[in-house]
Amino acid sequence: MRYLPLSDADRRHMLGAIGVNGVDDLFCDVPVEARLDAPVDLPHHQGEIAVEQAFRQFALKNLSPGCAPSFIGGGLYRHHVPAAVDHLIQRGEFLTAYTPYQPEIAQGTLQYLFEFQTQVAMLTGMEVANASMYDGATACAEAVLMAVRLGKSRRRAIVSGGVHPHYRDTALTYGRFAGLEVVASPPAWPGDEDLAAGIDAGTACVVVQNPDVFGRVRDYTPLAEACHRAGALLVVVVCEAVSLGLIKPPGEMGADIVVGEGQSLGISTGFGGPTVGLFATHGRFVRQMPGRLAGETVDADGRRGFVLTLSTREQHIRREKATSNICTNSGLCALAFTIHLTMLGEAGLRRLAEINHANAVALAERLETLPGVDPVQGAFFNEFTVRLPRAAEPVVDALAARGILAGVPASRLYPDEIEMQPLLILAATELNSEADMDRLVDGLRGAL
Amino acid sequence: MSASAQTYTGKSFTGQTHSGHRGLQLEEPLIFEQGSPERSAVDLPHPPACADRLGGLRRREPIGLPGLSEPEVVRHYTRLSQKNYCIDSGLYPLGSCTMKHNPRLNEKVARMPGLGDLHPLQPVSTVQGALEVIHTCAHWLKTLTGMPGVAMSPGAGAHGELVGLMTIRAALEHRGDRRTKVLVPESAHGTNPATAHACGYRVEAIPADERGRVDLEALRGKLDRDVAAIMVTNPNTCGLFETDIREIAAATHEVGAFFYCDGANFNAIVGRVRPADLGIDCMHINLHKTFSTPHGGGGPGSGPVVLSAELAPFAPLPYVLSDGERYRLIEHAADDEAAHPLGRIKGFHGQFGMFTRALAYMLAMGADGLRQASADAVLNANYVMARLKDVLHPAFPGPCMHEVVFDDSTLKDTGVTTLDLAKALIDEGFHPMTVYFPLVVHGAMLIEPTETESKDTLDLFIETMRALLTRARAGDAEAFHEAPRLSPRRRLDETAAARKPVLRWQPPAVDKAAE
Amino acid sequence: MANLRFTREHEWIRIDGDVGTVGITDYAQQQLGDVVFVELPEIGKAVKAGGEAAVVESVKAASEVYSPASGEVVEVNEVLQDEPAKVNGDAMGGGWFFRIRIADAGELDKLMEQGAYKDYVAGLS
Repeated sequence: MRYLPLSDADRRHMLGAIGVNGVDDLFCDVPVEARLDAPVDLPHHQGEIAVEQAFRQFALKNLSPGCAPSFIGGGLYRHHVPAAVDHLIQRGEFLTAYTPYQPEIAQGTLQYLFEFQTQVAMLTGMEVANASMYDGATACAEAVLMAVRLGKSRRRAIVSGGVHPHYRDTALTYGRFAGLEVVASPPAWPGDEDLAAGIDAGTACVVVQNPDVFGRVRDYTPLAEACHRAGALLVVVVCEAVSLGLIKPPGEMGADIVVGEGQSLGISTGFGGPTVGLFATHGRFVRQMPGRLAGETVDADGRRGFVLTLSTREQHIRREKATSNICTNSGLCALAFTIHLTMLGEAGLRRLAEINHANAVALAERLETLPGVDPVQGAFFNEFTVRLPRAAEPVVDALAARGILAGVPASRLYPDEIEMQPLLILAATELNSEADMDRLVDGLRGAL
Repeated sequence: MSASAQTYTGKSFTGQTHSGHRGLQLEEPLIFEQGSPERSAVDLPHPPACADRLGGLRRREPIGLPGLSEPEVVRHYTRLSQKNYCIDSGLYPLGSCTMKHNPRLNEKVARMPGLGDLHPLQPVSTVQGALEVIHTCAHWLKTLTGMPGVAMSPGAGAHGELVGLMTIRAALEHRGDRRTKVLVPESAHGTNPATAHACGYRVEAIPADERGRVDLEALRGKLDRDVAAIMVTNPNTCGLFETDIREIAAATHEVGAFFYCDGANFNAIVGRVRPADLGIDCMHINLHKTFSTPHGGGGPGSGPVVLSAELAPFAPLPYVLSDGERYRLIEHAADDEAAHPLGRIKGFHGQFGMFTRALAYMLAMGADGLRQASADAVLNANYVMARLKDVLHPAFPGPCMHEVVFDDSTLKDTGVTTLDLAKALIDEGFHPMTVYFPLVVHGAMLIEPTETESKDTLDLFIETMRALLTRARAGDAEAFHEAPRLSPRRRLDETAAARKPVLRWQPPAVDKAAE
Repeated sequence: MANLRFTREHEWIRIDGDVGTVGITDYAQQQLGDVVFVELPEIGKAVKAGGEAAVVESVKAASEVYSPASGEVVEVNEVLQDEPAKVNGDAMGGGWFFRIRIADAGELDKLMEQGAYKDYVAGLS
């Protein structure tokens, strides 16, 4: 077994040093009835050839977006990741390092986390960001918990109908177990919601998403003001990080907590995970912010260095009183995000965002020529929703059978809303060529 | 290898260079201190002209991000990486972390086209192979643990704990049983009480006996019908198998409570003991510990939770069902009438990239290899204990499992603390062991070698520890207080970092006079 | 001479009329290590004897500070927000946390006087 260095001679020698006859003697504390005499009923060990073969078989049963025009967004976005990113994150010193609890020998990790935190704060327009969360949905739920902690006796959170249903549902679950009242608004389609009307003295926060799950972009400045007048916080969710390269960031709209998904930068859609949650807020709220934080300091020689800090908020010290039970951040995914963003730089990110928007506009214009398809309403970034003249899911399935991934039927996210069955949510990124769009439009024309 | 007689002068090593670099130890500034806004390491075409549909919400102000070319980016991150210790470079004897080798085959299969690039919202008919991966990984976890159900979606171990307790609370609420307490051993990892609290429970401590295990009689005294669950780590955080675990389970079930098992230490028993046979109701598994997925400098992890028949119906959404021919992805409660899922706890379908990696490891090791791995893990830890116990005091008698905990009694009156010893180990080229955990052992040193370390590595570690302890007892405390001296940074001022937190780079203040 | 009493949780209270000044003892600050942050109660807050009133954080630990007596918070030591180190340097004086208007002077009789506290601490090591 190639991952086990001990030889039988080693084992014999070590057993002798310990003073037992066999390794079973070391399991003497296990109740006899619970000891297995033989390996469990699973396959025997295999070499690399066999393991690779097995995975190739798994892969062959899937339609890869690399082989098909793909317009699927819905919270995770297909972008090009520069080759250097994947090479760098696979360096053993990043891949196989532990959490930087011994900072003297973890300055690599700590410095990139400090840089990541700075980049996320800049992108979101907020003062401070943490070293990442598991994903956008859990970050959103944690933001609600944080708003409640800050709101003293307020225990109500209003979730906009434009928030991704996965995020909404995660917040609902967390809220249920924490004894909070999380109010989920009906899907915000086709019109706008009046969230301000629902804020009362018991409301800790209102949660909105920009661009929302239907792709629409809005200015939440008036809502932020309404929240603050009523003593509540505004939480803004961002699922498409690239949008922050082109659109006014939540921090400039008056958001108090910004959470989101960083997958668009550095990370493949990967069938949904792992990804990286973003979390940013005001400096004055930092002690209530969950998750890890890298901070700057100096060492005994007076040289600048970085450490994990404000740890007393975390579970391993506060225990019951912790701000959350979180142990891990999404380290390597945060690294991929920060490397990709560093490679893009200010100019590159802006240009990437412009291309995404231009491609989405081109796609919208093509789709709007299809009979029975209404023009796309309102502002959008790289994703929008169209109403087809029939149910969208069978259309998407038919096109998938022909090797085209035509977007997300709204019914996939909202199975109970009959009126939403004709809605199709489509995203266009820098990876969608005009040829892709032509194939999609031709396919739709045939299917409608 | 002999310890060359280096005398510590108490002064820091002052090899000043012009560049600030020291041989292969290269200094590296922040990205914000380099580059310029117009540079980029990515060549993109000019965006096609279009009448924008941004609704007047175009971002006006500069973001402030630095721009670097590709060579500069590669150099920046390469230099940062060279300041990190990692499993690839040496032993990490971190108790409770299971720092075993991260096989590179895992990385290769995770990135295969058709696996690494799938979108979770593709039509289910186009991702049958991905669902098969999840289903197969789940099957291995259920078989190895003997449990009938598993929730695959939690994003990390602590997340799995939360899900475990949520399923317990959901099950209790379903049968109309309102309970308010969770019992947690004093030796437990801090996530356990934090998790219980996040689930709306208050926590009461279960004392340990002098053998480092849960005091069964004390537990019996605390079990009543207001207890929702006990949370017990097995093997426990002292590296010991809870000998009374079946009695603990029975007593818990007698009052209608559930047994949550923290599976962080599953590496000690994988393939040799099935937790189901011990009477547990649910257990989270850290794929990044027992199943070799990489630690990545702090994540991502994956924390599937195996569940009993009574708890399985409450598992969160989504999950995979197989009818033998096709795989279904259950994303909404209405799609599976047999279950009462407690809802979503995360976006999308779970840490798929970690399932592929873990499954690659499972297929590579096989049932026989996993059984050998736990044997070697336990052997290695006991070997370390046997060869150090005359100079370091094991906190508990008898054999340990995959990790051994020592207290700091042999350092008494030396002026050298557990922390000082840990910092001295850094200069010796080893990552320190876990220190000051579990809390029930004074000055605890928790050492878990794992099975992927050779005997030569263990011998060097043991001899180094012995040499350090000899020096500590010889009165050389000053040298320990100065440690580490050879690492990329010396001891860092954590007090200053916490008093005046600097959590991001800030641009230098604009010179108003220049405007 | 100010009346000085101690709790088993290592808080002290210095009584002056019906106002008590509360802080943590030198032993407590030593145990905690360098104090990095202090969370003080709001003025006007009602506290109970033995109830949580403040939080003191060091790099390695965070501890509740319990009020030795019941009453209402009338003043807090704002200096600690910028200089938490005062708790380490002058725990018994300038490192005070908050002042309360004592509701029931009888509660103070249950607390240790200086000599008794000294013996108590000696017994802990």
